[in-house]
Amino acid sequence: MNSVLKLILDGEALDTAQIGRILGLGAEAVDRELAALRQQGVLLGMRPVLNPSYESEHRVRAVIEIKIRTEGVGGFDGIAERISSFEQVESCYLMSGGYDLLVVVTADNLYKVAGFVHERLARIDGVQGTSTHFFLRAYKKDGFIVNAEASRRDQPSVSP
Amino acid sequence: MDSSGRFVARHVATLPKSGIRDFFAIVSKMKDAVSLGIGEPDFVTPYHIREAAIACLEKGRTSYTDNRGTQQFREEVSRYVARNYGPEYDPDTEILGTIGVSEALDILLRAVLDPGDKVLYHEPCYVSYAPSVTLCHAEAIPIRTVSADQFALDPAALRAAWQPGCKLLVLNFPTNPTGGTADRAKLEAIAKFAVEKDLLVASDEIYSELTFEGDHVSIASLPGMRERTVFLHGFSKAFAMTGFRIGYACGPAAVIDGMLKVHQYGIMCAPIMSQEAAVEALRNGRDSMLHMRDKYRERRDFIVRRFNELGLRCHLPRGAFYAFPDITSTGLDSMAFAQKLLEQQKVAMVPGTAFGAAGAGFCRASFSTSYERIHEAGERIARFLDALPRR
Repeated sequence: MNSVLKLILDGEALDTAQIGRILGLGAEAVDRELAALRQQGVLLGMRPVLNPSYESEHRVRAVIEIKIRTEGVGGFDGIAERISSFEQVESCYLMSGGYDLLVVVTADNLYKVAGFVHERLARIDGVQGTSTHFFLRAYKKDGFIVNAEASRRDQPSVSP
Repeated sequence: MDSSGRFVARHVATLPKSGIRDFFAIVSKMKDAVSLGIGEPDFVTPYHIREAAIACLEKGRTSYTDNRGTQQFREEVSRYVARNYGPEYDPDTEILGTIGVSEALDILLRAVLDPGDKVLYHEPCYVSYAPSVTLCHAEAIPIRTVSADQFALDPAALRAAWQPGCKLLVLNFPTNPTGGTADRAKLEAIAKFAVEKDLLVASDEIYSELTFEGDHVSIASLPGMRERTVFLHGFSKAFAMTGFRIGYACGPAAVIDGMLKVHQYGIMCAPIMSQEAAVEALRNGRDSMLHMRDKYRERRDFIVRRFNELGLRCHLPRGAFYAFPDITSTGLDSMAFAQKLLEQQKVAMVPGTAFGAAGAGFCRASFSTSYERIHEAGERIARFLDALPRR
């Protein structure tokens, strides 16, 4: 794997100057590398991972299972791309199993999610049914333990 | 006033405390300190290994085991050692499970040393070697290793240090704190000398999986050495299992039998859950171990380059997870360097003299920590060096 990418994926908070120094490259080279990764469609973006309790006060997140009918509506891709284009949609995946698409949405409150489901999703030609589940509490997000204190290690700071 | 000191044995009262203790006391109270003083993996034990310990508890397997360790543990150790190091040991008579290499070395010394015996060991080295010898009323004889040799043991220096009464040679490759390793040619010369002088060899190979350059060779695998070598190993470093306190000794039956006596009266047996976790590590831990080794190697390359950029000459350690930069260009001695760096920039490194007189002029920096911390330590050390009076 690309060494810059590998470092970023390790999840340490490093800026490009630091990455450059660690890899012995220099910040400009790292910037060039990142630009190339974006251009190749490997790196879609980078954003901070927030503790969900510090995201906007009352913001809610839900996962929606969607069953779809593909005849006459352009197959899975057509519908999935349409659903992905809504700004409320954080992620959208085609799934195996009892339903077809798994969609994660965020909104300011529960009613807005409800509105999104019945006014937007349900009206899309091909959507046969939805099942919505709200997130209650996060324990681990994108590889980070949310309550860092709970997983703190009592490692001595100097040892032989 | 506490006058109980009069009860403490003379050889214990005069034993110096580990030079690391004082630093630990200061750093543990300091906020925002960046510690490069940690002598253990920063990885958590791989989950499948922890799970084996959990399963052991769930099944209610919480008893003593055979003094030597469970049959399964010894058989797994026997297979692992044969596969990775060469020599084959009989699980019934030649393998002993211990509370880490620390216990294994301690009971080996107690099993083989008579008062007044002499023990050769290379310095700089792990903090316990010389004191453990002293505790056996024996005499520890250091052999100096040097940076120019990448802290490998020079067979000529071994020959020069030898004197009548030497019974045991303690080796530790890769070495804490220097990352020194020994190639086959050097080991062969050392082995030949051990045979010539009829020395028993204790080979502490706790860092052997963390060898970055070349293949690790165990002295126990060389001709004529199996019958005079006690191979000491454990799980703390390669499998990030320091808290499990589990290790083992493999060697000729009579020596293992002697160690078993000391072990059975003093310790009884290693904890069963640690033994079961260790079995899982030996069977299925290779991928996690290789992943951690790769991470250490990447961080090593960075920290060594950084020290050299900063003007602190640093050789490339070929194993373990410590850099050992030469700090003499600052005009400070090891202790002063470490103390001032800690006071002024809150970076903890361990003075080389904590690892014996041969560590003078060096400090140990562990790279078993995150890039963020290594990077930050580098920035702080740069500021520290800038503020030193020009020489």
